[in-house]
Parts: sequence; C-alpha cells; structure tokens
Amino acid sequence: MPDLLQTVGFSPIRKEGAAKVLGQAKYVDDLSFPGMWFGATVRSSIARGRIVSITFDPAIPWDEFVIVTAADIPGQNTIVHLTHDHRCLASDRVNHPDEPILLLAHPDRAVLPAAVAGVHITYKELPGVFTIEESEAPNAPAIWSPAPADHQHSTQKNTFKTYLMESGDTSNLDHIFATADYIVEGEYRTGAQEQLYIENNGVIAEYSATDGVTVHGSLQCPYYLVHALELVFNLPEEKCRVIQTETGGAFGGKEDFPSVIGSHAALLAMKSGHPVKICYDRAEDMAGTTKRHPSRSRHRTAVSKDGKILAGEIDFALDGGAYATLTPVVLSRGTIHAPGPYHWPALRVRAKAMATNLPPHGAFRGFGAPQSIFATERHMNKIAKVVGLSPEELRRRNLLGIGDHTATGQLITDTVNMQHLLTRALDESSYHAKRAEFARTNPSSPIKRGMGFATFFHGAGFTGSGERRLNSLVHIELTPEGRPQILVSATEFGQGTNTILCQVAAETLHLPYEDVLIAQPDTSHVPNSGPTVASRTAMIVGKLVERASQSLRNTLSPYLPSTSETSTTPYTPAEFRSAALAYLAEHGTLVASARYEAPGDILWDDESYRGAAYPAYAWAVYVAEVAVDTTTYSATCTDFYALQEVGKVLHPVLAKGQIEGGVAQGIGYALYEKCVWQKGHMANNQMTNYIMPTSADLPPIRVAFEEIPSVHGPFGAKGIGELPMDGPAPAILNAIEDATGIAFTEIPLLPEDIFERMTSTPESGSEDLEPTNAGPYFSETTA
Amino acid sequence: MRSNPSHYELTTPATLEAVLDILASDLGPYTPIAGGTELMVALGAGRLATRKLVSINHLQELRFIATTPETLTLGSGTTFTDLRKDPVIATDFSLLSQAASWTGSIANQNRGTLGGNIVNASPAADSLPALLAYEAELTLVSARATRTIPYAGFHLGYKKTILRPDELLHSITLKRDFREYAHYARKVGTRNAQAISKVAIAALARLKDGLIQDIRIGAASLRDRPIRLTATERVLQNQPITRETIAAARAALTSETQPIDDIRSTAKYRAAVAANLLEEFLHQLKP
Ligand SMILES: Cc1cc2nc3c(=O)[nH]c(=O)nc-3n(C[C@H](O)[C@H](O)[C@H](O)COP(=O)(O)OP(=O)(O)OC[C@H]3O[C@@H](n4cnc5c(N)ncnc54)[C@H](O)[C@@H]3O)c2cc1C
Repeated sequence: MPDLLQTVGFSPIRKEGAAKVLGQAKYVDDLSFPGMWFGATVRSSIARGRIVSITFDPAIPWDEFVIVTAADIPGQNTIVHLTHDHRCLASDRVNHPDEPILLLAHPDRAVLPAAVAGVHITYKELPGVFTIEESEAPNAPAIWSPAPADHQHSTQKNTFKTYLMESGDTSNLDHIFATADYIVEGEYRTGAQEQLYIENNGVIAEYSATDGVTVHGSLQCPYYLVHALELVFNLPEEKCRVIQTETGGAFGGKEDFPSVIGSHAALLAMKSGHPVKICYDRAEDMAGTTKRHPSRSRHRTAVSKDGKILAGEIDFALDGGAYATLTPVVLSRGTIHAPGPYHWPALRVRAKAMATNLPPHGAFRGFGAPQSIFATERHMNKIAKVVGLSPEELRRRNLLGIGDHTATGQLITDTVNMQHLLTRALDESSYHAKRAEFARTNPSSPIKRGMGFATFFHGAGFTGSGERRLNSLVHIELTPEGRPQILVSATEFGQGTNTILCQVAAETLHLPYEDVLIAQPDTSHVPNSGPTVASRTAMIVGKLVERASQSLRNTLSPYLPSTSETSTTPYTPAEFRSAALAYLAEHGTLVASARYEAPGDILWDDESYRGAAYPAYAWAVYVAEVAVDTTTYSATCTDFYALQEVGKVLHPVLAKGQIEGGVAQGIGYALYEKCVWQKGHMANNQMTNYIMPTSADLPPIRVAFEEIPSVHGPFGAKGIGELPMDGPAPAILNAIEDATGIAFTEIPLLPEDIFERMTSTPESGSEDLEPTNAGPYFSETTA
Repeated sequence: MRSNPSHYELTTPATLEAVLDILASDLGPYTPIAGGTELMVALGAGRLATRKLVSINHLQELRFIATTPETLTLGSGTTFTDLRKDPVIATDFSLLSQAASWTGSIANQNRGTLGGNIVNASPAADSLPALLAYEAELTLVSARATRTIPYAGFHLGYKKTILRPDELLHSITLKRDFREYAHYARKVGTRNAQAISKVAIAALARLKDGLIQDIRIGAASLRDRPIRLTATERVLQNQPITRETIAAARAALTSETQPIDDIRSTAKYRAAVAANLLEEFLHQLKP
C-alpha cells in the first residue's frame, strides 16, 4: 500500500527550503537590533611570545569605541571545551598567530578595520613549533603544558592527549613480526582543511543585568555556547541563553568555535550596553578559526604469504594547534577508525595529539577518521602490492564479517556483508572493465587513467560512553492550534535536520509531514538534545523524536478514535487535531518527552579503550576514476561511485545530497585544498588561493545505498553525515597509483607534488620495485 | 568590507569627453573604474589606495565591436561576455574567445572588461597572451591627444604600463590575418574555473612545406608581465618539427622566462609546464 503521508523514505521538500530559496531566510548578518553596535577583534601578528606593550594610534577617536581586554572578563578567561587551556582573550602571552587579544565595538561598522589596524602591539617573540615533528622533538620548546586538572588527558610536554588501543594477542607482537612472511611499513600524511561553509562565523550578543547574556548566532551546538558563557560570565545556565539563527553551512566549523566569537560579542555587549554583532569576513574566518587536524600515520604490518594480516602497529599523530579544544575526541575517533573494517589478530594503536603554534584545529566532518582511514586504505594497497595480490583480493581476505569483532572487541551484529558491497561497487563502477581498458590506452596517451577504491566504515553517534554522558532529552509539544512541534537543540545547517526529524515525528504520529513543526533552537525553550555532530542526529535524536512522538500519541489516545491494531491509518489528521484540541482544552498544555536510554549491550570501557565504540556503523565502498595529465601533472577525478549501507534512508534526496557533498569535499581534501602556513599564519586565507574544487572540477558522483534497518535509529536509520568524507581521498590516491605506478602517500596532492615525483629520478620510488622480488622486509625507508 | 566607503568618492560623468576632462583636471588623481572586478576586490580587502574614482562603466563610446574586412576593433569596455558572443572573434580570433571563456565566472564575464584586464596589467591575466600573439594595437585617448601604439610595448614592468594618468585605453585593434593559422590556447590554473593561471600560453603558427613559416607565442605567469616568447619563436622559425627542434625550443623558452615561486605554484613547475604546453602545440602542428 502506498504511503499516502509521504513521510519516511520519501523526499518531501525541506522545512526551511522555501524561505531559503525565496531569500526570506534571515542569517545573522541580515538581522539588526535597535541600538546595535559592531564588534571587531584585534589579533596577534606573531606565533608565540610575550605581549610587551599595547598602544593606541592617537589619530583614532578612541572615546567613541568600547575596548574589551582580558581584564573585563567577569568569570574565567577560558573557553571551556574538554580542558581549560584555551583563553578567551590573550593577556600576557600569545600562542598562535591571529589569536584574539582585544575586542573593539563601535556603532559604525565601517570605522572598525582602521581601528583594528590602529592598535599597536609589541611582543617579545619566542621560538614556535609548527609541525608534529618539531613539537615531539625531545629538545622542543615547551609550548604547552597540561594543567594539573587536565592530567587525565596528558602529563607530557606539548601533548594534548595520548591513547593506547590494544587488541588481540599483543603480548605476542614481537614474535608475530619476527616470524611473518612479510612486514610492510608505510608513513602517510594528511593536511589541514578549511570547512569553508558559505556563511562565515557570526553572532549578535545582548546583555542585561537582570536576564544575563543572550547570543543569537550561526552555530551547531547551542548548549556548548551556553556552557562557555557560564564560565566566562560566571552566570548560572538559565542566565545564558543561545538562539541559533539560520545557519549557512558548518561542517564542524561551528561546533566549538562559536564559543569563542559568542563570548567575545557578549563581552562587548556587556561593556557597551548595546547589542553587538560580530561577523567575520572570509579572510578573518579562514585565518582565525579552526581547521581539520593535520595528521601523520605510521603503519607496520605483519602479513602472511597468502595475504592475511597477522598483526599491526599503528602510530597515529595529530597536530592539534595551540589549544586542546576538541582534540582529544578527534584523536579518539581517529584512533578507533584506524584499523578500518578489517580483522586484526593482534593490533596496537598508539595515538597522540601534539601542540603547535598554529590556530587551534577543531571539528570537521569526519573528526579524525578521514585522517586515519586515508592511511589505512593506502596501506592496504601497499600490502597488496608487496604480497602480490590485487587490492580487491587483499581486502577480501581480511574484511570483517558478521560475528567478527572489531579492533575494540565489538561484536559485529549488523547484518552487513562487506564482501557483497565490494562486489556490487566494483561491478556497478565497471572497475575491472575500466582497468582493462586503461591498461590498453595508457601507454600511448599523455593522459594516464586509473581506478582505485576504499573500503571503510564510520561509527554513528558519540564515541564510547559519550551518548550516556550526553543524556539527551527531546520534547514534543502541542501548539495552541493542536499541531505537534518538535523541541530539540539539534540544529539545521543545510544538512536536513529539520526535515528528517519532522518526517520521523509525522510517520510515528500518522500525520502528513506538513502538519509537524519544529521550533527554532532557543535554549530558553528547547531541551538539550546534545550537539549536532558525530553523525548522531538521525540515529540518536531521531530515535528520541520517535519515542517522544509515541508518548504523545499514547497520551492522546483516549481522545483519538479507537481502531484495530492492524489498521494503517488509525485516524485522520483532522481527528488528531480535534483530539489535540480536546486535550489542550482540558489540560492546558501537552509536552511529551524522551530521554536517551543506552542500549544494554552497548558498553564501553574508557580505561582499556575496549568495548562497543559505537551503537552502529555505516559501511561503504567508494570507487574513484582518475586522469593524470602528464603535460600539466594534474590529477583529476573523472568519475566517482559511492556505495554505502546506512540503515534505512529517511529522505533519499537529502541522503544523496549528503553523499555528493561529502565526496566533493573529499575530492577537495585529496587534490586541491592546501592551507599554506607561514609561521603558523594561514597565508592563503581567501578563496582565490585556497583552492576548493568548483563544479567544473568535479566528476559525476553516483550514489547507491543498501538499506539494512538498524535497531538503534528511528525506522532503522543510522548516521550518514561524516561517512562520505572518509573514502574519497584514499580511493583517489589508490587510483593515481593505478594510473601512474607512483605510490603517493600524502594529501593534499597538488600538481606540483606530482611534478616533483614524476620528474625526480625513477629509482627513488618504492613503486618501481617488483613486488614479488621485494623480499620480506618492505619499507619506505629501506626500499 | 575592510575599507570605509565614506572615504571614497565616485563620479559618473555622462560622456567620454567629460571623463577625459576630469582626468586632465587638477582635481585628481582619479582612477577610472570600468567593470570594477579588480577595483572592488581591492576595496573589499582594504587595499584600494586611490580615493577618487571616475566611472567609465556606462560609456557606450567604449563598448563596441567594429569589424572591417581587414580589422577588428574592440572598445576597451567590451566585456568578456561580449567577446564570447561575437561571431567574428569566434572564427578569426578564437584565442581571445577562449581566454574570455576562462575568465572568472559568468557573472565576472558579464561585468569585467578587456580594457580593465589590459590596464590592470597582471602577469597572470588571461586575455593578454592572445593579444600579444595577434599583435594588437592599442588606442589611448586623453583630453589632449589620441595615440596608437603596439600592445607589445604597453607593459613596462610588474603592473607598470605606459598609460599616463590623464589617459584612457580607448580601443584594441587586431588585424584579421590569422585565418590560415593553427591556434593553440591552454590555461593551467589552480582549478578549472575561477582560477588564476599558473601558466597560460596562446600561440599561432603557420606551416609551409613542413617548416614553421610563422609562429607567435604569448604567455602568462612566466615573467613580471605578459610576454611574447620571441627567442623561442626565432628558434622555431623555418624549422621542421623534430625532436631536436622541440628540444631547442624548450631550451629557448626556459632562457627567456623567469617564473617565480608564489602561493599558487613553484617556478620549477611553471617552467616545466610552459615547455610542455609548447611541445604539445608543436606536436599538434605536425602535418
Ligand atoms: C572572482 C573573480 C575572478 C576573476 N577571474 C579572472 C580570470 O580568470 N582571468 C583574468 O584574467 N582575470 C580575472 N579576474 C580579474 C578581472 O575580472 C579582470 O582583470 C577584468 O578584465 C578587469 O576588468 P574590469 O573592467 O572589471 O576592471 P576594473 O576593476 O574596473 O579596472 C581594473 C583596472 O583597469 C583600469 N581601467 C579599466 N578600464 C580602463 C580604461 N578603459 N582605461 C584606463 N584604465 C582602465 C582601472 O583604473 C583599474 O586600474 C577575476 C576577478 C574576480 C573578482
């Protein structure tokens, strides 16, 4: 029977879509409040040093301005994330370029840039460190030391966090390596990446002595900002109110950073007595806000002649920038995803996040997983080459299946079949046929084509015990008109939160999608349903919406017509509305709630780093076709096929959009987007020179789903948001190796890098070794 | 917006003559603004030093395409979209229509002008190598006089030109002599659209009896200004296209270019790719 309500599994138009398309949606810079002033930020011009003096250009009428320094902060000079190291405003010393030192506000926005330039700061400069290697060097300057309160994360100089994750028979590692047929080593690196949301970071703050602080802004996690404000202003939670305005993209870049800009605007509002707006321009946003963590992965793998992984050691290191922000959690996800969807009889993963004098790196779609998966998926191809198997066969011999355990010891209960996904993906992408064709055409063509793929999975929801700690709460209320309205702190920033949550409620309540409302996230009204991150909204918040909807329906059931259990349309929308109105007439209001309940079998031990890391995983095989032009040394992704198993697809159009967008972002990560750092300052902080691919650079992206309903999400949905960021980079570099024979190990891979490698002496590349003659010991350094 | 708009003055005289009068007056200096796709970027970034602007964007006197059987004359206000739409340019001067198609985005092409591209004088500008290959002539006007000069002599150094402060670029004239030539244009940018070139080549050549009878090569991003590769052309003149010729031409190209390392690429890469593009063109020329 067709679903007349067109809810779950259909693609109704976005809740906020019409307003966006018609230009009616109001982003923060579209808003103006009576008496509003504008704020600007004076930032450090050096990477590390002590502030010696601050002077003000006498040509500027400073009495018109409000100036905020660290001394004006009523509470703690701290932006709280997991640790307390990140200052709201630098006072005595700076730890990265573009670090906020002073804040200015003025009624006329146009005078601010000259005023910012009119604040002169001198420093006693100290040596900075800018790479993982410089930071971990034994003689490195101590640029960061853990506070005693944060010793749970790390006790070492320049080290934000370490993890040791062990699996299987690690006591026997030395023996396994000593007796293995092959040992394969490799080192892999990934660069920083800018989120490049269309709308820059921006907020408007208000302050009143009686009501406290209110911040309106473009952000992902209203309650993160509430908690940051509590500390900076020394106010109770109920006096820190955050309202999310329409948000033009985020990708993680508005997860932790709004705590900074939101606190800044609120300080200016308090001191000036006016609402204050701060909206960064692109150059300030790119130079001053977070990026994806750069990484280095070192793999050492023991393999048998027949291509079975026997044991592995993985060293995973992140560059965290100057302050810890969310780095420990990013490192955790990277660590847990490093083993990939493979069976490791014995595995030791050592992970660490190092401090550098770069602006703090932060959340970005994938959250550490794209970094470690890049390394693992490149390394699998290297192992295949050494052993003399195809990349496909090597994976087939090591992929996890139902009944196996992941590297954290989690039993795979999803009924996923990675072998089948691999077969289907290679088939539908014509992987084998194209490889055969390119083998014929490449020798006589200046354009070398190749095929590559990556097999991977991505956990949905917070890692480990994270969801238990979040303890998320969702409400559904009835409006006075008798319509259900969802109250969550889950935010819409283009990915479709509003739409899918309304679909879930509509389906559960047997109402048309149009009848369900969702409230603007305002912490004075919506409960804390957790942050909008970690591929958790559809699965975790969606499930809570489903349960709250059931509870609402139960409460209303005495007022609804009684029908048989089997009826698919138990009541009409009109009957629902009269029931709702009847209930409201009697009781005044109705709010149904649901709070997170951890599934009994999802257990995690933070100490040993073992257990069920995620309630569920999305599984995927991505296939890339590339063309490497030997005239220009540029690699282009010419076709892309993305197959994934994500549980029930709630909204096919949005889901496909998530995958296409993520793949595009992944292609940028692999081949285009490079942050050019000059002593810690991003030198290419403009879209002219930070090269994000355009539609003219992107291939057709073909998206396919397998849908195996999961018990954890509403109607069987799992998470989808981050997954597509993981696969493209390794698939593309695998394809480039197929096309050129060169095993590149680092992204972003720009034409200049390909040029250097193609024109350097051929003997220098390990790829020129005949795999079968490579001998048992095969490493980047010895080959 | 990093500039304070109230610090800037914009005047919009009705006619070309009135604009020239303002430029010649001692009220200035005034900077002409055509499409504004360079100047507005500088304004947004807080880098626009000049405070007085005179608009020439609306002047129909500068926006025309005039053809005779022998010549094509483009008003300096011709936009890239105008260039792309013109049938004579498409057939006779395809290097120019291709360069126009590379420039920025559609919105940019609707607004940006050929005159602005020339006077802005970026070494990476897309349409300038083609104008060098076609041996364009420029007509410069001022309240006092009109002069016509070969475009090849227009650039004096990095963003330095012979244009006087009271002068406007009026028009660009090309001879319709190139129908028999093979055309080659390739831009190697940082991406396929909205990109500044790392290297670009626009070249024309005519073969006779297997020998290169005439060849003209314009290039971007290989020196401090757009250049014609005259030494390379000399090496190729009257030569058959052989391995030896190609090697000599690559060497000549390297000798007369001075690419740089910058935020977008490296000198080594630019030099190698420029030589590769030249080689690609020569291979295409082979009978
Ligand atoms: C997003 C973007 C993408 C771009 N992409 C490209 C690209 O791919 N390739 C490329 O080559 N360029 C590109 N540009 C640069 C720009 O569009 C071109 O240089 C364009 O030709 C400038 O023309 P305009 O009329 O807009 O110049 P304006 O900004 O109006 O003027 C530029 C300069 O020329 C002077 N000027 C203009 N007309 C005259 C005249 N008739 N007489 C005397 N002086 C004059 C002005 O005083 C000023 O100094 C891009 C710009 C942007 C913003």
